[in-house]
Amino acid sequence: MTTYQLNVNGERREVTVDPSTPLLWVLREDLKMTGTKYGCGVSACGACTVHVAGVATRSCMLPVSHVGERPIVTIEAMSKDPVGRAVQDAWVEKDVVQCGYCQSGQIMTAVALLKHTPRPTDTNIDESMGGNICRCATYVRIREAIKLAAQNIK
Amino acid sequence: MPHIRAAGLLIAAVFFVSGSWVIVSGALGQARDAQRTAASRTEGLAAWERVYSVLTHPRCINCHTATNYPQQGDDRQRHFANVVRGPEGKGVPGLNCASCHQESNVDSTGVPGGHNWHLAPLSMKWQDLNDKPLSSAAVCRQVTDRSKNHNMDGPKLLKHHEEEALVLWAWQPGRRPDGTMRTLPPLSHEEFVAATSRWVEAGTPCPQGR
Repeated sequence: MTTYQLNVNGERREVTVDPSTPLLWVLREDLKMTGTKYGCGVSACGACTVHVAGVATRSCMLPVSHVGERPIVTIEAMSKDPVGRAVQDAWVEKDVVQCGYCQSGQIMTAVALLKHTPRPTDTNIDESMGGNICRCATYVRIREAIKLAAQNIK
Repeated sequence: MPHIRAAGLLIAAVFFVSGSWVIVSGALGQARDAQRTAASRTEGLAAWERVYSVLTHPRCINCHTATNYPQQGDDRQRHFANVVRGPEGKGVPGLNCASCHQESNVDSTGVPGGHNWHLAPLSMKWQDLNDKPLSSAAVCRQVTDRSKNHNMDGPKLLKHHEEEALVLWAWQPGRRPDGTMRTLPPLSHEEFVAATSRWVEAGTPCPQGR
């Protein structure tokens, strides 16, 4: 077991875990931040997406020992982020969610896209969101909501 | 003055013999140089073919595509999740290479990793648009074209093969998601570097043809 000082949503958090523990389980089990979801565990569905140093990252396969000083941002911080807030509002307005299990990952990826590409095309959206799977197939509404959020971001 | 005439003949004979020797030995030297150059080029081309056998192995060529996407696996299928190249060969915002590929392999999930995981630029494509590897001559021309290879001369190409993190990864590719080991290139890294070195010493010759 090793002790790590993590920067999570702007706060210092100390955890003592096995170095190979994926960040996902540190967030969910040790820090009790359960907004980030476990989907496939092999980086294939996107449900566990968080931002690490601004990059949308699959937390299910990022060993905590690899995080270092890089800041981690999770779905719990999105309501205080201007882009995150706009995306969440658009999600509600377009009634995107069906079962909802994948949606925190969808939102984290959408926010990463909009922070780099404020006016995304359909192609931009398809390429960026291609790694986030939704079993309810809400893809059409996700695309509409991303476009709406892009319009509403000041 | 017969003795003066004899001395003159002797001097003339010495000049003739030594001159002839210079000509003959010079010609022999040139022939030897030509032979050595030919041998060196032949050896260099043979070494290149060994290098080429590594470059076209899936561990290398999967990220030297001519298309808008990387490949994966020994069957060189398109990367899952419709991952795309992106403007800098590192994916696109929200789906970067670094979204999944970390600084090292993660054997518990089978996702490979290495420093600065990215696609080779299109100028270093080693396959055609149908995902068929380019010929030995074509790849050799690409690799040695300094307008396409980040201005690398022979010694820099050797250093690249010796030290670049993603080159080294090909010999430490980790486990597949099913737990089995990924296959390795046909040469060991030491053999690959030795072949590159011989090819560079020979002046990086390339095969003729398309």
